[in-house]
Amino acid sequence: MKFTSEQLKIMDSIISRYPRSRSAIMPLLHYVQAIDGYVTERGIETIAEILNLATAEVTAVSSFYTQYRSEPAGEYHVGVCINTLCAVMGGDEIYESLTDHLGIENHETTKDGKVSIERIECNAACDYAPVVMVNWEFYDNQTPQSVKDLVDSARAGNPRPPTRGPSKLRTWKENSEVLAGLNDGLAHEGVSAGSASLLGLQISKNGGRQ
Amino acid sequence: MTKLTPVLSAHWDEKDSFTIEGYKRVGGYKAVTKALTMEPDAVIQMIKDSGLRGRGGAGFPTGSKWGFIPQGDNKEHYLVVNADESEPGTCKDMPLLMANPHVLIEGIIIGSYAIRANHAFIYLRGEVVHVFRRVQQAIEDAYKAGLLGKNIGGKGYDLELTLHAGAGAYICGEETALLDSLEGFRGQPRLRPPFPAIAGLYAKPTVVNNVESIASVPAIINNGIEWFQEMGTEKSKGFTLYSLSGHVNNPGQFEAPLGITLREILELAGGIREGHQLKFWTPGGSSTPLFTDQHLDIPLDYEGVSAAGSMLGTKALQIFDETTCVVRAVLRWSEFYKHESCGKCTPCREGTWWLVQMLHDLEAGKGTEADLAKLLDLCDNIAGRSFCALADGAVAPIISSLKYFRDEYLEHQRNGGCPFDRVASTIFKTVGV
Amino acid sequence: MTPEQALLETEVAIEMITVVIDGFEVTVPKGTLVIRAAEKLGIQIPRFCDHPLLKPAGACRQCLVDIEINGRAFPKPQASCTIPVENNMIVKTQLTSTVAEKAQEGIMEFLLINHPLDCAVCDKGGECPLQNQAMSTGRPESRFEGVKRTFEKPISISSQVLLDRERCVLCARCTRFSEEIAGDPFITLNERGALQQVGIYEKDPFESYYSGNTVQICPVGALTGTSYRFRARPFDLVSIDSACEHCASGCAMRTDIRRGKTLRRLAGDDPSVNEEWNCDKGRWAFKYLTNRERVTTPMIRGADGELHETSWPEAIAFAAAGLKDKRAGVLVGGRTTVEDAYGYSKFARVALGTNDIDFRARPHSDEETSFLSRVALNLKTTYKDIDVADQVVLLGFEPEEESPIVFLRIYKQVSKRALPVLSDAPFASRGSEKLGAVLISDLSKIANLTTKSVVIVGERLAETRGAFSSVYELINKSGAKLAWIPRRSGEPGALAAGAIPTLLPGGRPVTDPAARVDVAAAWSVESLPTSQGRSTSEILLALNVKNLDAVVIGGVDPLDISSTALTQLLNSFVVSLEISHSAITAVADVVLPVAAVIEKSGSYLDWQGSPRVFEKAIADSLSRSDVRILSMLADEMGSPINLPTVSATAREIASLGKWDGTPVAFEKSVSEKITELGEKLNLKSWRLLLDLGTLQGGEANLAGTARKASAHISKARAEKIGVKSGELISISSELGSLELPVEICEMADDLIWVPRNSIGSQVIANLGFVNGQVKVIKA
Repeated sequence: MKFTSEQLKIMDSIISRYPRSRSAIMPLLHYVQAIDGYVTERGIETIAEILNLATAEVTAVSSFYTQYRSEPAGEYHVGVCINTLCAVMGGDEIYESLTDHLGIENHETTKDGKVSIERIECNAACDYAPVVMVNWEFYDNQTPQSVKDLVDSARAGNPRPPTRGPSKLRTWKENSEVLAGLNDGLAHEGVSAGSASLLGLQISKNGGRQ
Repeated sequence: MTKLTPVLSAHWDEKDSFTIEGYKRVGGYKAVTKALTMEPDAVIQMIKDSGLRGRGGAGFPTGSKWGFIPQGDNKEHYLVVNADESEPGTCKDMPLLMANPHVLIEGIIIGSYAIRANHAFIYLRGEVVHVFRRVQQAIEDAYKAGLLGKNIGGKGYDLELTLHAGAGAYICGEETALLDSLEGFRGQPRLRPPFPAIAGLYAKPTVVNNVESIASVPAIINNGIEWFQEMGTEKSKGFTLYSLSGHVNNPGQFEAPLGITLREILELAGGIREGHQLKFWTPGGSSTPLFTDQHLDIPLDYEGVSAAGSMLGTKALQIFDETTCVVRAVLRWSEFYKHESCGKCTPCREGTWWLVQMLHDLEAGKGTEADLAKLLDLCDNIAGRSFCALADGAVAPIISSLKYFRDEYLEHQRNGGCPFDRVASTIFKTVGV
Repeated sequence: MTPEQALLETEVAIEMITVVIDGFEVTVPKGTLVIRAAEKLGIQIPRFCDHPLLKPAGACRQCLVDIEINGRAFPKPQASCTIPVENNMIVKTQLTSTVAEKAQEGIMEFLLINHPLDCAVCDKGGECPLQNQAMSTGRPESRFEGVKRTFEKPISISSQVLLDRERCVLCARCTRFSEEIAGDPFITLNERGALQQVGIYEKDPFESYYSGNTVQICPVGALTGTSYRFRARPFDLVSIDSACEHCASGCAMRTDIRRGKTLRRLAGDDPSVNEEWNCDKGRWAFKYLTNRERVTTPMIRGADGELHETSWPEAIAFAAAGLKDKRAGVLVGGRTTVEDAYGYSKFARVALGTNDIDFRARPHSDEETSFLSRVALNLKTTYKDIDVADQVVLLGFEPEEESPIVFLRIYKQVSKRALPVLSDAPFASRGSEKLGAVLISDLSKIANLTTKSVVIVGERLAETRGAFSSVYELINKSGAKLAWIPRRSGEPGALAAGAIPTLLPGGRPVTDPAARVDVAAAWSVESLPTSQGRSTSEILLALNVKNLDAVVIGGVDPLDISSTALTQLLNSFVVSLEISHSAITAVADVVLPVAAVIEKSGSYLDWQGSPRVFEKAIADSLSRSDVRILSMLADEMGSPINLPTVSATAREIASLGKWDGTPVAFEKSVSEKITELGEKLNLKSWRLLLDLGTLQGGEANLAGTARKASAHISKARAEKIGVKSGELISISSELGSLELPVEICEMADDLIWVPRNSIGSQVIANLGFVNGQVKVIKA
């Protein structure tokens, strides 16, 4: 099954953002993931064709980056940061409790296809450790219990919202489309900054005291 | 006592700080107007004179980097903003972009104008969707307001700005790997020379700058060089964001003049968590050699940290107290480097594979003292022998932890395993599960 | 100003730089890499990713050395394969720097930690740079006690190349070669970190005409040839310098032989011709040497109509009897050595008293005969001219299919400086696409030809009447450089040897009395035939209507000439000199077995006219070269040609030398009027590099990578016929038809292109012609 002409038009518009078409390969791969849920054969072949590349040149890129998947993610992809700081602060405990709770391991998906998990590297939110990302939205200051609640709520179809993100958590595919550069209009939702980000500012406003 | 100096973060507490209205209300986009009345070379000179140094870790003078672009060469020039913040411990650019993406855009317009670039890019790591949303919306709003696109401010200056999402590769924070990634190749570093200023993006003269570096430009244009130089130390001028995380009572972002000490920051932040003491910390992320409680008064600027045997890096202050096992921390960082090694060069690709296996064994209490010497020897064969600095970052925690905590490694061997209680180092111990 | 003076004026002064390496001074041109400069002193800095013909990578880090410039030492050792020399540079390699030595030792240790201990079963063992450099540069024992990364091994990345990912040291020579040199990025590095690996996209195997070069430059046993796997150890093999017998590119080759049998062939090193590359056909198509159809003894057709083995004296006597005092022609074929072609040429004139001799076993024309006689021998164009060309025009010539090394040479300049390329091909082949060739429908579209432009005409230009003439005019007007590049290795040499109806050896026109006297004297004969002889098609026609009685035939496949060629010589006396049984031997009256290329010495001339001499590789081969057999035959006929050995022949050729007299005038032809087509299409075709060619027989792994046959038509034509891409169409002429899947591409609506001799598409056999109109309908 080929991509629809509407989808191909979008791919063309992605390419037009760049002076050289090959640069579009990364957002195009995000877009393929948004449609197919992972980097499919038709994704690789279509991208190769429209960018005038060999298919091997496309797989060279898609296999290099962690976010491009060769198997579908769950509807909700839960990343537990296990880099040193988050791990020490409780990320390891969160991960263990989560794998116990769901019965799956790193890179696996629950049988109902709802939740997949991944051990992730530092996501640039260390002042909110331990950090969990769901579909690459911030879930700051997590505990084993709060993460259990989170995945349970996701499986029930009503996931708790991100701590610093849109009001409602969107699916992994929907968020992939955002990364492909297709604005979903939700930028205005969510806080400007979390409390940790504001800490220095507040202390400064308090005359140097917290 | 050094005073905090919120400049970039000054208005993050306003609910609409990330909108164009919110930004304009607090003086946003005034610097662009001013800069566009200056000659581009004058803008470059101003940033040079200010002493602004790159905030992405290397601390290279930003104005000098802009000045390397050959002018009058009839080639396209590019400004590329490195928003791939992935160094463990570093968490300043993401909140900045989430709370005030427009200050970056304003800085981009000024910087691109200065180096005569008509197309700029932001390479944003892919694992932060809401940050992406904020930046993308800000770009769209800037276009609508005539601040991007054709004939900006009626001055005949055109600038296209493209937001590009990464897809999960720490190595793409290295500037030449970023350029290859942006061009649509695997994100592996390039040979230098040629340097990006001569042959960067699409082999054209290119400046790659960190988010915070560019975001600092509008304030300098608006407030002047003297104002900027009132903050900081002799060779490390200005304000910057220090990111405090770990076993502190109040982790968060502290915008301060360069040269503040950790002792000062801890005091402002309410210190180490109750009943615990500082054991070790990183001044600039996992790639910078560890510091201990002996280094509380080192001025945190480029020269001070360097003189003390480490690097200021991205001012990512990860604080660990005595409940933390150094070996565990170092092992976990080493696994990070192994995972992120691009694979191009032998010492990093194979070396990190080997180091992780050795550290695993050491954490499990296997091995002898001779293994510590072997570990250091492997680090000696890796550091300075690889294609890029990722490998140097990989061995920094190992070498510095052996320098300060050698006995802890031996303790694991005596103990037949890790003697530390993992749960004690979690925050759940203090706030409950 | 003389040409020599002009040449000197245009040479750029090269700046020389002197550096000190390990205490020794060496002076090299500016831009030379430190690792190369060291080699000039005989100092081998160990390396893997470095290759003199590839852009520096600096990836493996094996070549680390200590460098100091102007008294300032680099703080860390540097990769010598990435640093060009500079004045006041002092380099210390592993020989004089303990830092460099330790660094190199460290890198070698790292390379070996994940490398499998496969040496005992690895093809590369015994000729392996990793083995050798581990011995010279590594620690005696590894300190690694951990777990190696493993992969399923080997995997087939094409039918002729196997990949063992465990052995791979990620030097990326193979991926860089494929992308930089061949333009075929079908293998790439995939994944990241220690799991990084060379790979293909499974649906698109590594089917590049140049894939074999990656096997040759792989510094470990990661890439191996399927046909050679587990077959030999290097110390079993005797290596000889040889020449490739396939196309006219002129590649230097190294043939490795064990007990009289070729086990493998590698590209030889000739910077002025093929650099260090060859094509897969040259590398792997040699199984024909040992196929079962090899003729081992002479044969005579008896009264029962069957061929019977016989002795040499009997066969020679029988052949001589059938030829003496008869009217005979000679069909040489395109694959003779220079010496053998000379033998045929002299035999025709001295023993048969005729100029009816032609080497062209393919479509040809009188216009081409005139072009070859008048123009082709005087061309002085070389590979170097392509290097400095300001544009290249390809007429009737598909470089990737017909002369792969010429393709690489052009592609090198296209990648480096966007050298403009024009082609008169009906559609953009893969080769044309890689070259960025602009397609032109006629010569009037060629503009701005200068003396630095290179125009290359192929043998297929003979299929368009008037084309050679138009090119001739174009060249005369512009002074551009002209090159004639035929498909087969023997053709340039056969032309020089006079195996053509209009010329005697050395370009001497048969119609020129002074030229005839020259040759007659050298050959010690009273006189030589005075009028121009018959071409291949005319010889066959004459045989058919009994204007000729007999024919001596070398390596010729009648279906390369026409669909009627074989029947035309059925009623004649046929003397076949062949290496294997063929369509000709099946109807011959006498079959005389000749030596294949490694069984004799000889030389080829490449398209530049440069010789490549090779010695007999199999010492005790009983095979005799064509020239020797013809000499025996001429003796028996009482008209000796005195060419008993190849070396004697070579000496005679050298002493005869080239003709410097007035050449014959080039007879121009007028272009054919294009006839109205109506519903029919004009058929176009060319031979793919890998196809049903006889010399490719017996090598299934090579055949597995051949491009699949498909018929190329335009979108409009496809819509008119009602077919979509991939569907079958039937192409027919009055004589026959063939069915092929359709490939739609940008081309004229009245043309259809098919491969000339591939599986499912044998144009001459199925349709009866190469030039003509065909009916095309949905199958």
